[in-house]
Amino acid sequence: MKKFEIQNVKDTRSGFGAGLSILGKENPKVVALCADLTGSLKMDAFQKAHPERFFQAGIAEANMMGVAAGLTIGGWIPFTGTFANFSTGRVYDQIRQSIAYSHKNVKICASHAGLTLGEDGATHQILEDIGLMKMLPGMTVINPCDYNQTLAATIAIANHEGPVYLRFGRPAVPNFTEENQTFEIGKALLLNEGKDVSIFATGHLVWKAIQAGEKLAEMGIDAEIINIHTIKPLDEEAILKSVAKTRCVVSAEEHQMNGGLGDSIAQLLARKMPTPMEMVAVNDSFGESGTPDDLMKKYGLEAENIVAAVQAVLSRK
Amino acid sequence: MAQLAIEELKQLSSQIRRDVLRMVHACKSGHPGGSLGCADYFAALYFGVLNHNTDFKMNGIGEDVFFLSNGHISPVFYSTLARAGYFPIAELSTFRRLNSRLQGHPTTHEHLPGIRIASGSLGQGVSVACGAALSKKLNGDKGLVQVLMGDGEIQEGQNWEAFMFAAHQKIDNLIVTIDFNGQQIDGSTQAVMGIGNDIEAKMLSFGWEVLHMDGHNFESILATMKQAKALCGNGKPIFIMMKTEMGYPVDFMMGSHKWHGVAPNDQELEKALAQLPETLGDY
Repeated sequence: MKKFEIQNVKDTRSGFGAGLSILGKENPKVVALCADLTGSLKMDAFQKAHPERFFQAGIAEANMMGVAAGLTIGGWIPFTGTFANFSTGRVYDQIRQSIAYSHKNVKICASHAGLTLGEDGATHQILEDIGLMKMLPGMTVINPCDYNQTLAATIAIANHEGPVYLRFGRPAVPNFTEENQTFEIGKALLLNEGKDVSIFATGHLVWKAIQAGEKLAEMGIDAEIINIHTIKPLDEEAILKSVAKTRCVVSAEEHQMNGGLGDSIAQLLARKMPTPMEMVAVNDSFGESGTPDDLMKKYGLEAENIVAAVQAVLSRK
Repeated sequence: MAQLAIEELKQLSSQIRRDVLRMVHACKSGHPGGSLGCADYFAALYFGVLNHNTDFKMNGIGEDVFFLSNGHISPVFYSTLARAGYFPIAELSTFRRLNSRLQGHPTTHEHLPGIRIASGSLGQGVSVACGAALSKKLNGDKGLVQVLMGDGEIQEGQNWEAFMFAAHQKIDNLIVTIDFNGQQIDGSTQAVMGIGNDIEAKMLSFGWEVLHMDGHNFESILATMKQAKALCGNGKPIFIMMKTEMGYPVDFMMGSHKWHGVAPNDQELEKALAQLPETLGDY
């Protein structure tokens, strides 16, 4: 098992804020909108440096999405910022009609996704956002795994023509991917080569998958670990190549099982390479208040849950 | 775009109304009532008010741009765009048919020239227009942004978010016209959700300029639009309350909500067309 060095522990939302600040300097067409969460989204540096390109939308997310769609007419590249819950479910029809169906170049940037939002509880812990957004035709869906990758993804989506959903989180998590990496939308990243099982993880679960890989190695199980930072478009070639070798699959994500990454991979495999598969995800349940760590344990999104899923799928191989 | 004299506008709007009825009749679906009611507004807007270019470019830089928020009155929008030269008039015959660019509700998806946003799900147009108006300000573009919305549509909460936003952001290159016909699908707007009587007071308290015009009087439309343009640049968005009659001027289509979304049959079409002179040639 390859060793991964933790450079530091940082929140992915700060990676977004840092990426947005770089865009502010390097791309004069980037504008930002925020619905009263500038500090939470780490958009304050952009706001301070480029007040003429920052629009405070207030607690009115539906309008913010429409304003963003309108800003594209005339060549601006709007980045909207609010919590993942208010970036998707609350504004689904606005995104569907004014952004996705109208093919507007809006970047929907969503923080505090999933259980790790923590103590605020289930009202704010959206676990359905990947599913909602991936169902929209033409929508790109990205869920980077750490600070460095979120920063790189933020910069990359400005150069992509079309609507994008960028999902990131609240808590500080291990920052282990390369600094100043180039982010390629739709390209799965092979983190560890292995032959016994393919583990496909996204977002915060990528580090958990690495931890699981270390435990599996101690047990003599050689896991292939792949970071699927782009859920749509899915890197089908990379997935099929790995599965052709390992012949069994575990997916891992901080999202509902229905509609998430595992669901996308299962669809692909059902069509092209039916394979035993287990899914580490929230199973048709809302979250609750608690610390991020306690919640990840209670809802079964830890490294040990991935290990158990691998053992289960190996027995079905 | 050449601007027409009032007599010419009257002829044009009669032809647009014929197009509307023939389109809706041909596919046996669509929304004739509001389309007929707004035909004079559309004729005046595209042939006397907007600075626009029929060689369509999505970014609309250097032009006035228009958004239709109540997308169900697509027939009047399509007829006006075709008559203005955005696309062939003959294409009106494809309205609501398979593989047409003239979808039931306007969309950019089929790349129909003249359309900059999809609309149909109500209440979204003013927000989009706010964004387009901010885009013009950022670009140093002196063009204006115009919107038409329905009066039933004002029940959608997103509009009030947009009204708040536009005033707060001092979006003063934006003119929103509301088609105040007092009707919606289930009945009169007052009966369904009665907020109508003091819309003016609400808009004033939100920080908008409010004007009034008669949507069936070209002198009133042109004069009010001139006044609205003169008010632009003063730090406030502009709201025009346009009084219209759903179904105007077809006698049996006026006076109720009945013709909001019903297509005329053969006899009804004949009866209606007899009241609307063919001035520029049917498609």
